Amino acid sequence: MSTIAPQFRLSRFIASLTDIIFWVLLIFSLVGLPIVFIVLFYIKMPLINNQLLTPYLAMTWMADPSRTLPIIKTLLHTTFFHVLAFPGFGFAALLAAATIFVERKFLAKMQLRVGPLYCGKIEGILQLMGDGLKLISKEIIIPAKADKPIFWVGPLLFVGTAGAFVSLIPVAPGGWVVANPSVGLLAVFATIGFFPIISVLTAWAANNKWTFIGGLRALHQMIAFEIPLILSLLSIVILTGTLNLSQIVESQQHYWWIVFTPISAIVFFICIIAELERIPFDLPEAESEIVAGWLTEFSGMMYGLIQLGTYLKLYAFAGLFTVLFLGGWNGPSVWPPFPADIVTQGITIGPVTAKIAGLPLFDQQMLNGTLWFVIKTVGVILLILLPRGVFPRIRIDMLLHTGWYKLIGLAFINIFIALGLLYAGVLGPGGLIQ
Amino acid sequence: MTTQLPPGIQLEKVDDRIMTLNVGPQHPGSGHMRLIIKVDGDYIVSCDPDPGYVHRGEEKMAEYRNYIQNIPHLERPVIHDSSNILYPYCLATEELLGIEVPERAKYIRVIAAELNRCIYTLYWLAIYGIFLGHSTMFMWPAGDRELFIDLLEAMSGARVTHAYLVPGGVRNDLPANFEERCLRQVDYFEKRIKEYQAIFYKNPLLISRTEGTGVLSRTDAIRLGTTGSVLRASGVNFDIRKKEPYDVYENLDFETVVMKEGDSYARSYVPYLEMFESCRIIRDAIRKMPKSGSVRTKLKPNPKGGNDEVYKRVESGRGALGYYIVSNNRPEPYRVKISVGSFRNLICMPYLLKGELLGNMPAVYWSLNYWPVEADR
Repeated sequence: MSTIAPQFRLSRFIASLTDIIFWVLLIFSLVGLPIVFIVLFYIKMPLINNQLLTPYLAMTWMADPSRTLPIIKTLLHTTFFHVLAFPGFGFAALLAAATIFVERKFLAKMQLRVGPLYCGKIEGILQLMGDGLKLISKEIIIPAKADKPIFWVGPLLFVGTAGAFVSLIPVAPGGWVVANPSVGLLAVFATIGFFPIISVLTAWAANNKWTFIGGLRALHQMIAFEIPLILSLLSIVILTGTLNLSQIVESQQHYWWIVFTPISAIVFFICIIAELERIPFDLPEAESEIVAGWLTEFSGMMYGLIQLGTYLKLYAFAGLFTVLFLGGWNGPSVWPPFPADIVTQGITIGPVTAKIAGLPLFDQQMLNGTLWFVIKTVGVILLILLPRGVFPRIRIDMLLHTGWYKLIGLAFINIFIALGLLYAGVLGPGGLIQ
Repeated sequence: MTTQLPPGIQLEKVDDRIMTLNVGPQHPGSGHMRLIIKVDGDYIVSCDPDPGYVHRGEEKMAEYRNYIQNIPHLERPVIHDSSNILYPYCLATEELLGIEVPERAKYIRVIAAELNRCIYTLYWLAIYGIFLGHSTMFMWPAGDRELFIDLLEAMSGARVTHAYLVPGGVRNDLPANFEERCLRQVDYFEKRIKEYQAIFYKNPLLISRTEGTGVLSRTDAIRLGTTGSVLRASGVNFDIRKKEPYDVYENLDFETVVMKEGDSYARSYVPYLEMFESCRIIRDAIRKMPKSGSVRTKLKPNPKGGNDEVYKRVESGRGALGYYIVSNNRPEPYRVKISVGSFRNLICMPYLLKGELLGNMPAVYWSLNYWPVEADR
């Protein structure tokens, strides 16, 4: 008998499973099928390849996957897919989850530990899933004297703002970006500007001394570092003459901007670490001083949402660094081209030859660009994670001194360098002037 | 309507600018105690340490047990430094009962005490690291402690609470080949702790953060009665191992580490440098130790102390640690008073924290080499 679940009986488990299957089938046939038919009756079905999509046709397509490919291809270019899956939330959340795992293993190796090891057999790869399940199953405790609506909405706002930030990052050539406004960089600044407001709101709403101090610290820190952050990016805007992030990436086809504006990149990198509240700038969450700062009162999935938002923000900042300084998706073509015979002649398996329409779901440039973007972004993320194992936390006066004196000064110097390069005729939009 | 207050309780005058923070007892940066801190913005106006949450009445318990039964529970206040907290008890009991300690046992005691001092210092350093937000400095010392914990486990059989030092010598002799193993581990240990320099003590952020914070001048250090590394970091050359040598410390070759600055950085650096001196002592003791002989003078059953009183003190990981034992012709001591370094160093905390930033609180607090459990006894 198992010691973990002493009441466990296999027969009862199977019985409960069959029970569940029975009820699901019953409810589906009684409620689900009528609803499906009612919907099919009222909805005007689309025309695909000059054929009306009837339920019967859909059933035949299920048997012939080649005919579903055009639909999938259309789906890939819808805003729905962009927001939910590829350049948007799903892709970012996947990278964020990988980041959490890599951070734990990376830090463990630095500190001569093993890190997560048991969950998921292979090097604790399922640890994150276990943590997530734990957070979901925990009770959400709301302080009695908290301002409840704002306290509830805080984590959602945080994830929402982080998601908005993610949506502005162009990932691959050919319109693989959720939102592509012509003033993309201004939109980024506007999104970043929301984070201190959320921190202060939730900190104040929790009605706790530690959250209050933490929220004020977060406000001080983010405002002190937002100005050098914006100033450091002005040189890029001066050199490229555009605020659109996709155009900024396209201007780096030959030279990355980090070559010409290294000071800007350094200032921006330091500001990233400060905006993300990571060591050495984790004052708003300084554990030994103010418990957990502005996150003190969050429990269960509310804390989980904040963590998710933090890592989405980390991905977005790393992506922004890649886009602005490391050339975004530009890189040598390493992805193999799609074999041309499959498109022209189809696939031959034994006696059967299948001609599948619209087969290259993604073109070569897009896959190549995504590969380079991910490689560069992961590199930047690892660099952002590195200081956590090396530095202690700094003090608030040192932090403000760094932000208001040193970084702003460096950012201004950098603007003059950019102007000098521009007026000396060395650089113009698109890199070196030949 | 005014509420009738209980006698002895006064209402405090409330200032809108001042916020009172209860750091502890349930706070990740407090230890087993409470600091009542009042802040004006980010500056600490006053700090009132409130120990006593882990008072266990060790002194009273000692009055109901005989001299041998007292050994295991008297090491509980500082289980990481258990050899050093038993050391003065053994010295005092030996004087009370008139026991001679074999020469080999004296050296073994010194080795055990120095190993334990290193274990304690590493544990303290680990917490100092995480208090400053340096997680690598938490993991490395916590891992390197294992080297010496393994040695003491081989010596005594227990990993943390050794109860190795007993009145009359040590509990049992060293295991076979202990000397070689010990020298090997000490060499590797020295190599390891040299690496802390690069990542922690020479770290520019740490230096700018802790240098000049919580400065305790030489005169203040003496006037407030601080002891141990806090005293030596303020420029006072005082080490009981040198000034009042006990057992065989006078034969051994080591130096006292003294720093002049008296700030948080110096207070954290002195115990670190003392670990190198400890390694020196261990090597020297192994060289000079008699290779064979008895390690324990057997006591009579239920030994009785005379009508006498005795005070002995040693240098522990946190400073002077003294036992004052009064006996009245009975198998149990009449009174045991433990004077610990932790409590004496705690006294200067309100002086040091006044006017500091809140962010300096952990750095100053833990640099005082203060162990709450020991202070409460």
